[in-house]
Amino acid sequence: MMSTEFSRRSEFLNGIRDTMPLVIGAIPFGFIFGALAVNNGISAPGTLGLSLFVFAGSSQFIAAGLVAQGTGVLLIIFTTFIVNVRHALYSATLAPHMKHLSQRWLFPLGFWLTDETFAVVVGRYARADGSRYKHWYHLGSSVIMYVNWSLCTLVGVVAGQTIPDLSAWGLNFAMDVTFLGMIMPQLRTRPMLLTAVVAGMSALLFYGLPNKLGLIVAALCGISAGFAAETWLATTKPTTTTAPPEGQKE
Amino acid sequence: MPNEWLMIAGMTLVTILPRYGVLALLGRVEMPRPLFQALRFVPVAVLSAIIVPDIALVNGVLDLSPQNSFLIAGLVAGAVAWWRKNLLLTIVVGMGTLWLWRALILGG
Repeated sequence: MMSTEFSRRSEFLNGIRDTMPLVIGAIPFGFIFGALAVNNGISAPGTLGLSLFVFAGSSQFIAAGLVAQGTGVLLIIFTTFIVNVRHALYSATLAPHMKHLSQRWLFPLGFWLTDETFAVVVGRYARADGSRYKHWYHLGSSVIMYVNWSLCTLVGVVAGQTIPDLSAWGLNFAMDVTFLGMIMPQLRTRPMLLTAVVAGMSALLFYGLPNKLGLIVAALCGISAGFAAETWLATTKPTTTTAPPEGQKE
Repeated sequence: MPNEWLMIAGMTLVTILPRYGVLALLGRVEMPRPLFQALRFVPVAVLSAIIVPDIALVNGVLDLSPQNSFLIAGLVAGAVAWWRKNLLLTIVVGMGTLWLWRALILGG
């Protein structure tokens, strides 16, 4: 295999190519978000603004759901933070590979960091082939996700405005199904499974709390349960159990 | 909705913070390991807390009967997601089950 064939252009295009399966997966998600948000009372420019500026699918869905329930802005922002704080994990994992980049690169690549792009580029950075342009690969992956998400939101907004009462089609449920598809594959360790069960049960228990506060309480219960279980398993069976966070440098 | 752009600005800020903030501080600040460990449970915890009430409650009341089409379709979609790890397939099967169940079993 040649090691001299890396250019900015080839890295950029490979980044796009390798992200395509995830782009296709995001298409219905973006479309449904656009349609749902306008159905829930967010304006068309506001819905596009969420995709262009926030650019974080699951939190955008949650915000749209909270808007429909008349939740206050501060609580929506706080909930968004809780949901999106996982990106700190991705950034911390990629940071050692991005040390040489200027803020001019770090800001856009940070802004565009999604579950999908992280999943793709973490493998590219790890491959030791001497390429000096891996950040161009990262850029390609980021840009294609961003453009796709924005366009799908736009199409969804138009559909949501032209087709009356899309909610009767169960669009809210499409969000739940999407989330199910995202978390089920992660439930393969016992602490993760416990997190899901405890969070789900607590969410039922605390459902009556005002302003969807039950969501935050339930999430904290789930995180605590998973954290405690993992810590406990690690102390009882240190060799067989888990799992330093992926990519974390000691 | 009123305050819409305030909401968008706030959401933008709290989202870029964990994304870019950690990159900006590169090497200068090490994230404490327990925090790193706890963060890994956040997505599953938050999303589970959203999904379960959505599919198990009907108008705020627990409904675990076959009359609850969301529950049925959610269980089917969950099983598909578990076995196939395919997001697109999960969405298609989940929505398909919802509509089929309503049309065929519950009679529209």
